[in-house]
Amino acid sequence: MIDMDNSATTRPDPEVVRVVTDVMKNVYGNPASLHGLGGKAERLVKQAREVIAKELGVSPASMIFTSGGTESNNMAIKGAAMQFRNRGRHLITTQVEHPSVFEVFKQLEAEGFRVTYLPVDQQGSVRLEDVEAALCEDTILVSIMHVNNEVGTIQPISEVGQLLRNYPKVLFHVDAVQSFGKMDVRPEEWGVDLLSISAHKLHGPRGVGCLYSREGVRLTPLLIGGGQESNQRSGTLNVPGIAGFAKATVLAANQRRGKWSQLQEWRRELIRRCTESLTHFRINGDPSDGGAPFILSLSFPGLKSEVIVHALEEEEIIVSSKSACSSKGEKASRILTAMGIDEATAVGTIRISMSRMTSVKDVEATASALQQIIPKLQKIMKVHEV
Amino acid sequence: MNDLILVRYGELALKGKNRKDFENRLLQNMRNKLDGFSGVKVKKTFGRVFVEPGDNPVEPIIQGLTEVFGIVGISLARCVESDLESIKKAAVQLVRDQDPIPRTFKVVARRAQKNFPHRSSEINRIIGGEVLRNVEGIRVDVHQPDLELRIEVRGEETYLYGQDIPGVGGLPVGSSGRVMLLLSGGIDSPVAAYLALKRGATLEAIHFHSYPFTSERAKQKVVDLAQELTRYAGNVSLHVVPFTEIQTQIRSKCKDSYMITIMRRMMVRIAEETAKRQKALALVTGESLGQVASQTLESMHVINHVAQVPVLRPLIGMDKQDIMTISKEIGTYETSILPYEDCCTVFQPKSPVTRPRLDVCEEMEKGLDVEALVGEAVDGIETIRLTPKQQEEGEFSSYF
Repeated sequence: MIDMDNSATTRPDPEVVRVVTDVMKNVYGNPASLHGLGGKAERLVKQAREVIAKELGVSPASMIFTSGGTESNNMAIKGAAMQFRNRGRHLITTQVEHPSVFEVFKQLEAEGFRVTYLPVDQQGSVRLEDVEAALCEDTILVSIMHVNNEVGTIQPISEVGQLLRNYPKVLFHVDAVQSFGKMDVRPEEWGVDLLSISAHKLHGPRGVGCLYSREGVRLTPLLIGGGQESNQRSGTLNVPGIAGFAKATVLAANQRRGKWSQLQEWRRELIRRCTESLTHFRINGDPSDGGAPFILSLSFPGLKSEVIVHALEEEEIIVSSKSACSSKGEKASRILTAMGIDEATAVGTIRISMSRMTSVKDVEATASALQQIIPKLQKIMKVHEV
Repeated sequence: MNDLILVRYGELALKGKNRKDFENRLLQNMRNKLDGFSGVKVKKTFGRVFVEPGDNPVEPIIQGLTEVFGIVGISLARCVESDLESIKKAAVQLVRDQDPIPRTFKVVARRAQKNFPHRSSEINRIIGGEVLRNVEGIRVDVHQPDLELRIEVRGEETYLYGQDIPGVGGLPVGSSGRVMLLLSGGIDSPVAAYLALKRGATLEAIHFHSYPFTSERAKQKVVDLAQELTRYAGNVSLHVVPFTEIQTQIRSKCKDSYMITIMRRMMVRIAEETAKRQKALALVTGESLGQVASQTLESMHVINHVAQVPVLRPLIGMDKQDIMTISKEIGTYETSILPYEDCCTVFQPKSPVTRPRLDVCEEMEKGLDVEALVGEAVDGIETIRLTPKQQEEGEFSSYF
């Protein structure tokens, strides 16, 4: 099987599995316990925290471990909105966020907050002037994702951060779940106050993530109880998950620089092969090297994405229709719609997503399979006769 | 054109014929500090110290140098051929490389080599004009410029210096002899260590561990603090003294109100004996006058009475707030405030004596076999040797 669905989740690296297993067997203490077993677990968490903090270029004290990207996003947005609602009740986000951000804003809207959903251009990019225009006296939070999970557009995070330095009252949250471990993520340099990451997108374990929360920023916690993580997130720490997360971070950091240009090359190759032999398709997002090279979104108007997914699966290649979290819905993707793509095109969209474990053979096989399958399906659906 | 880092050192010049030793010590400390960067060279030429960064980014090197005592100033410098066109180009680039870009500047040129075809004042004018033309929005201010762009023509080569970043000052570690620090785990003693290091002392530390009354975590905390001090100190030996037996005996044989006083007298005796064995010439404590019961002048007098070697108290005149500020600056604060019992809090009497009397102490200690207890404790010391490099690794490095 060829896994070209790495933005949904990734295969845990065998090294990560080794660390997680070993920790489950040997370091099973509760880090909050006073005795030696607890102390050992606490020291392990401390070291793991330092490893991940170093990759982000931040202080270990600014890291809050969570159960994953969804919790990190919920915690950042709700926590900030609740904590600072007396400062203002206006929030800013974009139309192309992941549901774990978007739906939180919908909920806050229902609770009386005013939310601006910024539009994007055809490539899925937010415009800096739109951010600036949306800011007002009442604004307390801006939340913009780093890399779009459906099309791979990279948002101008450091530019927005630069802009927001002039608005000290406004917190800046970034959902970096798709980018962490694959490219430079530097919240402190970029002027980001809150940043969500998740382990399972970089060949780490599921069920563990992290929220960077700039030192000095206190949020209203989602989970209260034993007061773990400086009272910001109660619950016994997931020690094996956290150790596995740190291991996955190290492995990703060691490889990502060399991998980036290789992925760019492969993405270009996939596009070249499609352009060479296919018609009636479009590339979503930034078709040049400006987008994230590990995500390629292709639309085939007249075809249903589900059919393409199954046809490719018969060839032992797995890809996604839109993002995994929304692939069961029949509706056109909210994100593609926001980019101005019509419904007929949007419902025929697949996402090919690569990782550091992808090989040139996988890319080759995927290109060949598309070249074979798409014309067949298009013939059956009489796409060319329309 | 080469990037260089110029390092200025201060007080060393005052030290007369010892100057050379001090300089060599400083150079060695700088080399140790920058050991982790491959290809970095530390050189002394024309009576100045330069760091050649090689292929490394300069920021972390500058950061490292701000932790080396004896350095009073650091500037980014460029070295070019002594040729006007090259100097012009380098000057413009150096101004652009400053962060933030200065709004005002002046040029201060010096010509060590008088056969360079332009006089200093001419160089000032030519280079100043070149910068004005090529850096948008910049103005000349000869009185209080944001940037003083210094240019030195020396033989074949010309040096250009940018903004002066203040160094930490003091004397190079290792130039003033060895001290033994009483390291408790609180906020004060790491700051005392820092100040002793700043005056050139070589540091060893001693810690009193009373398991099970104080936990493994309390000990780990002290190891972490000593580890943090290696940033300034280089290698640090941490001597962990088994203290349970002594505390238990004091508890059973001495009056409650005198417990802390007697305990501290025992600590000083053990520290002094350890200092002797390690050839340290003084003890260092984090005491500040009047801060707690054991730090009244009466207490200090009674406690100090058992010591033969000098007891240095670098924090003696400082307020808690000042101490906390330094603690945060040097990075020990976060560790210091971790809430574990230490050997002073665990048997804290309800009302410790604030004006202990020497004769009372001596009378009570008759119930203890002081010499044997001290000897046993010193013999039972576990010594942990910490080096700056261990900071990169940890107990679980095999996982990561």
